[in-house]
Amino acid sequence: MKTSERVAGNVAGYIDDRTGAAGWAKKNLTKVFPDHWSFMLGEIALYSFIILLLSGTFLTFWFDPSQQEVIYNGSYAPLSHVSMSASYASTLHISFDVRGGLLMRQIHHWAALIFMAAIVVHLLRVFFTGAFRKPREANWLIGIGLLTLGIVEGFLGYSLPDDLLSGTGIRIAEAIIQAFPVVGSYLSYFAFGGAFPGHVFIPRIYIVHVLLLPGIFLALITVHLMLVWYQKHTQYPGPGRTEKNVVGYPLMPVYMAKAGGFFFIVFGVTAFLGAVASINPIWLYGPYTPGQISAGSQPDWYMGWLDGLVRMAPPLETHAFGHTISWNILIPGLILPGILFTGMALYPFIESWISGDNREHHLLDRPRNVPNRTALGAMSLSFMIIALANGGNDVIATHFHLTINGIMWFTRFGLIIVPPIVFVITKRICLSLQRADREIVLHGRETGRLVMTPSGEFLEVHEELTPEKKWTLTQHEQPAALAAPTEDAHGTRPRGGLKGKIRARMSAANAEQVPAPTSIEARELEGGHH
Amino acid sequence: MSNEIKPFENPGLPEHAHRKSDVDAIAANRAERQVAILFLLSAVGTIGTIASYIFIDSKKFIFLPILGDTNAQQLALGTGLAASLFFIGIAAVHWAKTLMPDNEVIAERHEFRSSDADREDFVATVKERAGAAGLGRRSLIKRSMGVALGLIGLSPLVLLRDLGPLPKNEFATTNWAAGVRLVTDPGNRPIKPSDLEIGAVAQVLPALPEGTERTLENIGKDAVLLIRIRPEEFNLDAQRLSWTHNGIIAFSKICSHMGCAVALYEQQTKHLLCPCHQSTFDVTRAAKVIFGPAARPLPQLALTLDADGYLVAKQGFTEPVGPSFWERNSA
Repeated sequence: MKTSERVAGNVAGYIDDRTGAAGWAKKNLTKVFPDHWSFMLGEIALYSFIILLLSGTFLTFWFDPSQQEVIYNGSYAPLSHVSMSASYASTLHISFDVRGGLLMRQIHHWAALIFMAAIVVHLLRVFFTGAFRKPREANWLIGIGLLTLGIVEGFLGYSLPDDLLSGTGIRIAEAIIQAFPVVGSYLSYFAFGGAFPGHVFIPRIYIVHVLLLPGIFLALITVHLMLVWYQKHTQYPGPGRTEKNVVGYPLMPVYMAKAGGFFFIVFGVTAFLGAVASINPIWLYGPYTPGQISAGSQPDWYMGWLDGLVRMAPPLETHAFGHTISWNILIPGLILPGILFTGMALYPFIESWISGDNREHHLLDRPRNVPNRTALGAMSLSFMIIALANGGNDVIATHFHLTINGIMWFTRFGLIIVPPIVFVITKRICLSLQRADREIVLHGRETGRLVMTPSGEFLEVHEELTPEKKWTLTQHEQPAALAAPTEDAHGTRPRGGLKGKIRARMSAANAEQVPAPTSIEARELEGGHH
Repeated sequence: MSNEIKPFENPGLPEHAHRKSDVDAIAANRAERQVAILFLLSAVGTIGTIASYIFIDSKKFIFLPILGDTNAQQLALGTGLAASLFFIGIAAVHWAKTLMPDNEVIAERHEFRSSDADREDFVATVKERAGAAGLGRRSLIKRSMGVALGLIGLSPLVLLRDLGPLPKNEFATTNWAAGVRLVTDPGNRPIKPSDLEIGAVAQVLPALPEGTERTLENIGKDAVLLIRIRPEEFNLDAQRLSWTHNGIIAFSKICSHMGCAVALYEQQTKHLLCPCHQSTFDVTRAAKVIFGPAARPLPQLALTLDADGYLVAKQGFTEPVGPSFWERNSA
C-alpha cells in the first residue's frame, strides 16, 4: 500500500470513528455530477462570493465607515488638505498607502461585477432550459432572492467610499425613499438620522453590507447548494440519459479537482483584472458634497436598467388635497421592478398552471423545443437591455455623437414596441429550428458532396445521423394543449369558465410545436427516395 | 397527442473513448510533468508576489501602454497573485482531464414522491398531530394567538423610532430668507452684479450668521445656481421677471426630480441639464421642464440688491426645493 493511500485510509477511519458517517460519506463522495459548460455559471457566482468575502475582509481592516469630517493628509497630493468624510479618506488610504490595498479594492469591485453577471447568466440558463420546474421551484425562489439581495448589496458596497459619484447614488436612493406616499419623509429621516446626507447613513449601511446581508447570503447559498445536492443536478438530454438517472463524473476525485481548480481559475482571473483594469477610481471623483456632481454619472451595470427606467419615465406627478405623488419615481423605481421580480418569482408556478404539467423534470429542455418560454425569456431580456441602454444614454450619446433626446425617445417607444416583436421573432426562430431538426433527422445531414447519376442527374449526398444524434433531436415531449372547459348539455357554463378559457388559450400558445419525426415516418421515407 | 412512445430508441451511453494518457504510459507521464510545471508556475507567482511586496517601492509609478500611469507595486502584486491562483486552477483541471478516470458513471434517480402507503401514513400523522394540538376546535386559542403574533412585529418597529428625528417642516425650509446675501462657493464672498459677465454661471450659497458652520445638509437644500443672460432673452411673467436683477437669475441647484446637482449649463441654448436623469430646464422660461423625467421647474430664488450693492435674496424660496415628498402641497 502506498503511503498516500494509507494516510487517506487513516483519515477516513478517524472521521468515521467519531461520526459514524461511513455510509453517508461513501455515498456522497461518489456522487455523480453531470458535465456541461453552462453548469459552471452558478459556480462562478459561488466562487465570486468567496472572493468577495476574502477581499472584503481585507478591506475592513483599514476602512473607517464614518461620516465625520477629516482633513486629508495622505500621499495623494491633489486632495491634500481637503475636507472629507473619514470613509472617503480611509478609502484613499487603502488605495494609496496600503500595499496591495488598491489591488484588493479592485479585486473586490470586479468580483462584485462578476458575481452579479454570473447570477444573471446562471438565471438565464436555468430559465431557458426549464431547470426551475418541479421539484426545483424552491431553488428558483432562493435564486431570485439572491439576485435581489445582490443588487442591494452591490449598491450599498459602492456607496460606502462616500465619493462624489456614490454620494449622488445615495442622493437618488434618498429621493426614492422620500417618494413613498404618506410615510416617505419619515422613512427618509429615520434612514438618514435626519436631513440628507447626515452622519449616520454610511455606518448603518456598512453593518448591513458586511454583516447582515453576507449572513443572509451565506444561509441562502447553503440551502441553494444543499437542494442541488439532495435533488441531484439536472442534465441535458442525450444518449443514455433519462428522467430516472444522472450521467456524469463522481465527486471524488474528478469533480473535486475540476470544481476546486475552477475556483482558483476564477480567483486568478479576478485578481488579474484587479491588477490591470482600473475600476471605480474614487480619487478622481472627489469627496461627496450635495452641491456638486460629475458628468456621466453612472451606477454599476446591475443597477443600470433601474436607472434607465427612471431616466425614461414621463414627467408625471399628482398634486391633490395638499399632497404630492411622484409617479415619475414610483413607477420606474418601485412599481415596475416589483412587477418584474414578482413575475419572475412566480413564473414556475404560472407555467405549470398553463401546461397542467405537475410531474418531476430532471432532463433539461433544449430552448427551441419550448418556443413560448424561450420567446418570453428573450422578450424580457430585450426589455431589460433597452432599459439598461437608456441607463447609459449620456455615455452613448457622447461616444456615438447621438442626441440624448433621440436616445430617450427611442427607448421610451422601444421599451413598449420591441419586446413583443422579439417575442414573435424568437418563437418563429424556435419553430424553424424545430423544423430544421426534423428535416435533418428524416433526411440526414447535407454533406455538400454532389454526385452525378448515370442518367446525368446531380444529387447531393445526405448522410444519415447517428442513433445518438437522432435520439437527442427527437427525445423531447410534445404535450398537447389543455382543452377549454365546455358547456354541458344544459348549456350551463362550468365554474371558473373565464379562468379556464384563459388557461386554454395560453396552453394552446404554449403547445405550438413542429411535430417531432417518428421512426415510422423515418422508415416510410427510407422506403421512398434516397 | 402526448408522445409517450418515443419515436426513436434511446441508444444508451456511447462507448467510452480512451484518452491518449489512458493507453500510452509516455503520454501519461508527459501529462504528469505538465501538471507539475503548472503547479510550479503557481509557486513562482507566489514568490514573485512576496518579492514585489518587499523590493518594489510602493510609491513608484510607471507608464505602460494602454494602462497608462500605474503603480508598479500594485501591478506586480496583482499579476503575481493572479498567476499563483490561476496556475493552481489550471493544474488541477488539467490533472482531472488527463489523468483522473473519465468514465461516465450512471447514478439512479428516484422520484421524490414516497410510496402511496407511506404518503397516506404521513398525511394521516400530520392530520392527527395537528388535531392533537386542538387548534381547529379551540378557536379562542387560535384567535388570541393570531392577535399575539400579529402584534409582536410592532415592537421592533417602535424600537426603531429613534433612528432619526421627525422631519417636521424641514423638507420645506432652507437658509434663504429676505436680505440674506448670496456668497460664492467656494470662497464665501458676497457678489455684486458686476462680478458676473453675461453668459456666466456660478454656484452660490446663503451667507450664514457669524459663527455658524456650513454643513452638507445645508448645502443639500441651499445650493443655488446664479446665471446671467441678456435681460431681453427672458420670457417670464411680470412677477418672475421682478425676481431677476439685470439679467441675473437664480434657481435652486437641487434637481426637482431626485435631488442631484443640476450642474450642466449650456450657454448657447440656455438650458440646464441634470447629469443624473437628463431632465432639462429652460433658464429663459423660469426653468420650465423641456425634457426628461422631472415634473416641476427648479424653484426660482427672488433677487435684489442690498444697501451695499451686493446681491441678496428678496425672500426665501416660495416652494420646497428638491425632490417631491408626500406633504408637499404646491404644484
